[in-house]
Amino acid sequence: MQPDPATTVPVPAPSVRRIGKLSRPAFVLLVLGALALISIICFMTLGAKGSWSFVLPFRGRKLLALGLVAYSVAVSTVLFQTVTNNRILTPSIMGFDALYVLIQTAIVFFLGIGALGTLNPQAQFAAEVLVMVAFSGLLFQWLFLGEERSLHLLVLVGIVFGILFRSLSQFMQRLLDPNAFNVLQDSFFASFATVDTSLLVAASVIVGAVTIVGIRLMHTYDVLSLGRSQAINLGVDYKRTVVIILTLVSVLVAVSTALVGPITFFGLLVASLAHSLLGTSRHKYVLPAAVLLGIVCLVGGQTVLERLFAFDTALSIIIEFLGGVVFIFLVLRRAAR
Amino acid sequence: MRLLAGAIILTIALAIASLFVGVSDVSLGTLLSSGPEDRATQVLLISRIPRTLAIILSGAAMAVAGLVMQMVVRNRFVEPSTAGTTEAASLGFLVATIFVPAWPLMGKMLIAASFALAGTALFLRILKAVPLRDTLLVPLVGIMLGGIIGAVTTFFAYRFELLPSLLAWNMGDFSGILRGRYELLWIGLLCTILAYVAADRFTVAGMGKDFTTNLGLNYQRVMVLGLVIVSLVSAVVLVSVGSIPFLGLIIPNLVSLMVGDNMRRTVPWVAVMGAGFVLACDILGRILRAPYEIPISVVVGVIGSMVFLYLLLRTRPNAT
Amino acid sequence: MIVAQGVTKNYGTSCVVDGVSLTLPAGGITSIIGPNGAGKSTFLSMISRLMSMDMGTVTVAGLDVTKTPSDVLARRLSILRQDNHMTARLTVRDLVSFGRYPYSKGRLTLEDKQQIDDAIGYLNLGELSDRFLDELSGGQRQRAFVAMVLCQDTDYVLLDEPLNNLDMKHAMGMMKLLRRAANELGKTVVLVLHDINFASWYSDYIVAMKNGKLANQGPAAEMIDPKVLSEIYDMEIKVHEIGGQRISLYYE
Repeated sequence: MQPDPATTVPVPAPSVRRIGKLSRPAFVLLVLGALALISIICFMTLGAKGSWSFVLPFRGRKLLALGLVAYSVAVSTVLFQTVTNNRILTPSIMGFDALYVLIQTAIVFFLGIGALGTLNPQAQFAAEVLVMVAFSGLLFQWLFLGEERSLHLLVLVGIVFGILFRSLSQFMQRLLDPNAFNVLQDSFFASFATVDTSLLVAASVIVGAVTIVGIRLMHTYDVLSLGRSQAINLGVDYKRTVVIILTLVSVLVAVSTALVGPITFFGLLVASLAHSLLGTSRHKYVLPAAVLLGIVCLVGGQTVLERLFAFDTALSIIIEFLGGVVFIFLVLRRAAR
Repeated sequence: MRLLAGAIILTIALAIASLFVGVSDVSLGTLLSSGPEDRATQVLLISRIPRTLAIILSGAAMAVAGLVMQMVVRNRFVEPSTAGTTEAASLGFLVATIFVPAWPLMGKMLIAASFALAGTALFLRILKAVPLRDTLLVPLVGIMLGGIIGAVTTFFAYRFELLPSLLAWNMGDFSGILRGRYELLWIGLLCTILAYVAADRFTVAGMGKDFTTNLGLNYQRVMVLGLVIVSLVSAVVLVSVGSIPFLGLIIPNLVSLMVGDNMRRTVPWVAVMGAGFVLACDILGRILRAPYEIPISVVVGVIGSMVFLYLLLRTRPNAT
Repeated sequence: MIVAQGVTKNYGTSCVVDGVSLTLPAGGITSIIGPNGAGKSTFLSMISRLMSMDMGTVTVAGLDVTKTPSDVLARRLSILRQDNHMTARLTVRDLVSFGRYPYSKGRLTLEDKQQIDDAIGYLNLGELSDRFLDELSGGQRQRAFVAMVLCQDTDYVLLDEPLNNLDMKHAMGMMKLLRRAANELGKTVVLVLHDINFASWYSDYIVAMKNGKLANQGPAAEMIDPKVLSEIYDMEIKVHEIGGQRISLYYE
């Protein structure tokens, strides 16, 4: 039954609605790609004062950071929704980024403020990711093994876990001395204007590694989105694949939270938009579309706000607002069905 | 009844303890040995007594407001901070601070209360749009609505450079309470008494519109009364202390587990336990990191979210 | 041949499947019947490795289902459950194509394409093949899932209540189709059925479960018997022979 490699030919995509000569997903990707490119060009050039040799590297670093965040959030959200098989849960709604902040706080709390600088950064990051993977594993086991849980219960429990993690972080911060408190407090508010560019190299390497692992699994994503029974029926090693994907998701959440802080609804926003624009659930379209949308939102949004309105820190607020509206809409539409 | 008496005695003990905890040395000995103008007496009169009163008043009022809300919305998991009420009050207070900064606190509080009322009405309106009401959908939508209103508030606070004040009043804290800075909370006591007087009506309304009408009560009017109580309490506590999350959720639920749901019987319990719980949390916050204080909203946030998780997970998946 | 030995599943303190040992013949249609809560679906899920078992072993064509790699098993055995809720928005052809996943891991060959077309044709889904699943009726969607399972081209096909939500016409169509697949393609079909008359009419072999245990088993003709059925269901069931088929009556 093994196919002869010579006969392997790509099969045309299902004939969904076409726009001109392109299929709809390809058309959407093209438009999004163009928008992302425009956003990037505007971001790099608009309102530049002083010499280009200063402006370009300076903005380039910021652009890279925003790009990494957009990529991490979009990919982690889409993959998380695939393994949990629903379109409302996202890692941040389930409290993942609050957990990351809590782990950071706990390190300072138990090891002292000096620890943040002296610990081996790789070892620290690995430990943080390990804790997050363990948490997501527990959560996942609780979600999908044993009795059926309602989606609303899951989301609510996730949100309350998030609140608990945030409160615990605040609690520990208050027990610290005021200096340490100030150091930490910066990392709890999402801000796209003041990205931590010192982490860029490490973040790029990590995201690159995640991508390599992720691409090797690419063929399982569509199968996983059929649900657990179907995925097992079709021969996916379900447990192992889910553990790997949740690990990738945890790493990506850690990267984006380390770069800009927690942003609850950004992932939901781009993933939902990608799905509804494309009209298909195939990951080879959804993943790039979500990433491009993320870049348009972050880079384009930041450019518009910074250059046109001179509101430099408002983007995260606007994203949370829109994301919240989308969330209520999704929940209500689902309930009305 | 004897249990309730026990709870009251415990709460009074906590209140007395609260009077004597703090940076300045205030003890029976120093009080007895000092005159009316001495430091210990002054601290007691200006800071400690107002603070303890504020804790009792806001704890009881918030817990009862949560109970009223659960009755009129007919859902165990709503309270001002899971229904957009607190966030709407916060937006109202911000609007008042921006547009009528010269108004007395009472006036600003009333603006906050009317925003809270509007926010809660919006919440109920959204719920109406869902034909199938899942128990857990209600707080979910409420928390999200709160998040959206919160984003609007943050945006305006940012535009008008009021972010620090917004952060301050979103973080409930009794450390700023002095004589002259808590008296609005007596309105909370009035609301608590009003809730007790109308307790039977709320119990009936909790059984549904048809049931209420069948008994000859005006359902709409009971609803409005309930929402006014909730909005006033939320606004009063917000402008005096700041927000205290989950208080109105956990206390009524714990009481309901203990003594059931007849509001006539539960209101005193909820009020006493609400006051006692906040007293205990506040004392804890003052002792743990003395001489610094941990704000009440942080302490209640940690305990409250844990209790909330417990309540969620002990419910059978499909129970309504 | 499917061989189960001492298969047991506990949920907390309650034992849902209690030491079931049986051998299902290769070829033909085997129906699993029994009252609600007998453990039929759980048993089927364990045979198909969707659910782990607390005790016992199952082999399908000599392969131990708990030890054989999932993708190897996916080419020998397919399972279709009754709840096929999914969030993905797929066309019928997309779904059926997934039946080739165990062979091609997403890269379809010409041969795969042929199989997909065959499966779509076999279930008369040609006209619907580019429609999205959420635009179809329940019966059409069920057919699409069965097409996927046939496209998977396994010797063993397991179905959990495939007639659920189908009207008489579609239920009859589904059973005829499975019969054809067993006869023409030589498949071994195992299904959980609630309607004992469908079981009687279309199966070769019937297994009855009750309270988590194997209650009885045998060729369809022997199982559709007033005494046997009455014991399984704890109620009076009359069996009439009509046109050479055994029909049960249990309406009063």
